Amino acid sequence: MLEVRGLHAWYGKSHILQGVDLDVREGEIVSLLGRNGVGRSTTVKAIMGQVNARGNVRFRGEELVGRKPYEIARSGVGYVPEDRAIFADLTVRQNLALGRKAKAASKFDEAEAFELFPRLRERADVAAGVLSGGEQQMLTLCRTLMGDPKLVMIDEPTEGLAPMIVALVAQFLDQVRKRGIPILLVEQKLDIALELSERVYVLGHGKVVFEGTPAELRARPEIRKEWLEV
Amino acid sequence: MELFFTSLLNGVTYGLLLFMLSSGLTLIFSMMGVLNFAHASFYMLGAYFGYVISSYVGFYPALLLAPLAVGAIGALIERYGMRRAHASGHLAELLFTFGLAFLIEEVVHLVWGKSPVPYRVPPSLDGPLFTLFSATFPTYKAFMMAVSVGMLAALYALLTRTRVGLLVQAALSKPDMVEALGHNVPRLFMLVFGGGVGLAALAGVIGGNAFVTEPGMAAAVGSIVFVVVVVGGLGSITGAFVASLAIGILQTFAVAVDYKLPFFDRVTVSQTAPVLPYLIMVLMLIARPRGLMGTRET
Repeated sequence: MLEVRGLHAWYGKSHILQGVDLDVREGEIVSLLGRNGVGRSTTVKAIMGQVNARGNVRFRGEELVGRKPYEIARSGVGYVPEDRAIFADLTVRQNLALGRKAKAASKFDEAEAFELFPRLRERADVAAGVLSGGEQQMLTLCRTLMGDPKLVMIDEPTEGLAPMIVALVAQFLDQVRKRGIPILLVEQKLDIALELSERVYVLGHGKVVFEGTPAELRARPEIRKEWLEV
Repeated sequence: MELFFTSLLNGVTYGLLLFMLSSGLTLIFSMMGVLNFAHASFYMLGAYFGYVISSYVGFYPALLLAPLAVGAIGALIERYGMRRAHASGHLAELLFTFGLAFLIEEVVHLVWGKSPVPYRVPPSLDGPLFTLFSATFPTYKAFMMAVSVGMLAALYALLTRTRVGLLVQAALSKPDMVEALGHNVPRLFMLVFGGGVGLAALAGVIGGNAFVTEPGMAAAVGSIVFVVVVVGGLGSITGAFVASLAIGILQTFAVAVDYKLPFFDRVTVSQTAPVLPYLIMVLMLIARPRGLMGTRET
């Protein structure tokens, strides 16, 4: 469904991605692992068209490299950035409404978001900026689903959240997969990534240094030691 | 008492005119992150366009046509100029608007010459509306107020009641996220730029005949508009509104007061009027750099 081949990306003069290859197939959660600064976030930003990139990103048969972010979003790629990018002055309801791409109703709607997270219904008309970190994470996930994405890329959804909320987010990601929406997940917490994912990629120095199932990664302590553990 | 009321009405009229300029400027700044130095030049273009168009079809059609024409020019400039400059960073974009301001001024010189053009208040709006105590209040001032308040209500409704308005509000703080949700943000930038300079042009159409339409008018009002935006807080429309009225009223009152300053008895309060806005801006930057209601740190 998503095929990334030889993806290069730059921030100014520094060459962050040096030829990344990865795939996300139907019904999968795929995790992108690695230490800070190896280019995990840059990979999803490059797929989203937010940084200058070269190489090939084919999504459901379409080439995405060189297209504008809004065109990439319209082709069905959903993106939840690391900072969550909540519209703080707008209400929860308005944030959700902005997730819809056009006036047409989407498969996932406000009622469904409220059903999944009743807390959002209670706070529907409150400015999103006053929500807790966990509530904001729920909101940003639901906001992206409002646009009927065919694939979702989520950057560090559990960062800075309490363990109970982390479990809730993990549960939510599983539900998204069950709806038939594959996920490309950037995750720092190794246990969560290994538990949720069908396959994982480990990035090091802007390249993929390991690719396999969670079981295969567990069987390779030297990979964990060299590329993951701090 | 008489002085108080006429000054207040004059100040509010001037303040509302300032707001027509500063609202567009602050919208453009919040969204694109660039101060449009050419903003007041579009105010001047509005006045000249208003003068030319009203000489053919009359004042009222010009009130609509001139802002539309200037807004369309603004949208084209954003689409084919600013957007390219933007690719090279904010500094290039800033310099672009600087160059644009000079360019527009020189074009105005070439086309209309260096002296004021005879752009006059239409006869139907000329003359006094009512007499307060012994001073008369001109009909045209009331008309300026009505147009400004109408524009304000329309802008408010557009921003808070429509989907485009919601997109604009969201894009004021996080344009990248709005685009990642599948909205055509480049087109939104073009619309906001066109709309913002269209508002400036509307201010020019109703201000050009109340004051003087000449090539120096952009520079005269441009610096005041920047003061308004800085004092109100970059990125805040409400802040721009409060600051516009405050500076409009303050300056009008200062002009009207004939007392001498304490200690500097060669200077009267009215002589300090031109300095006041800048003094407020400098003090504001020292005491509260974000401005009255600004959200940005810059």
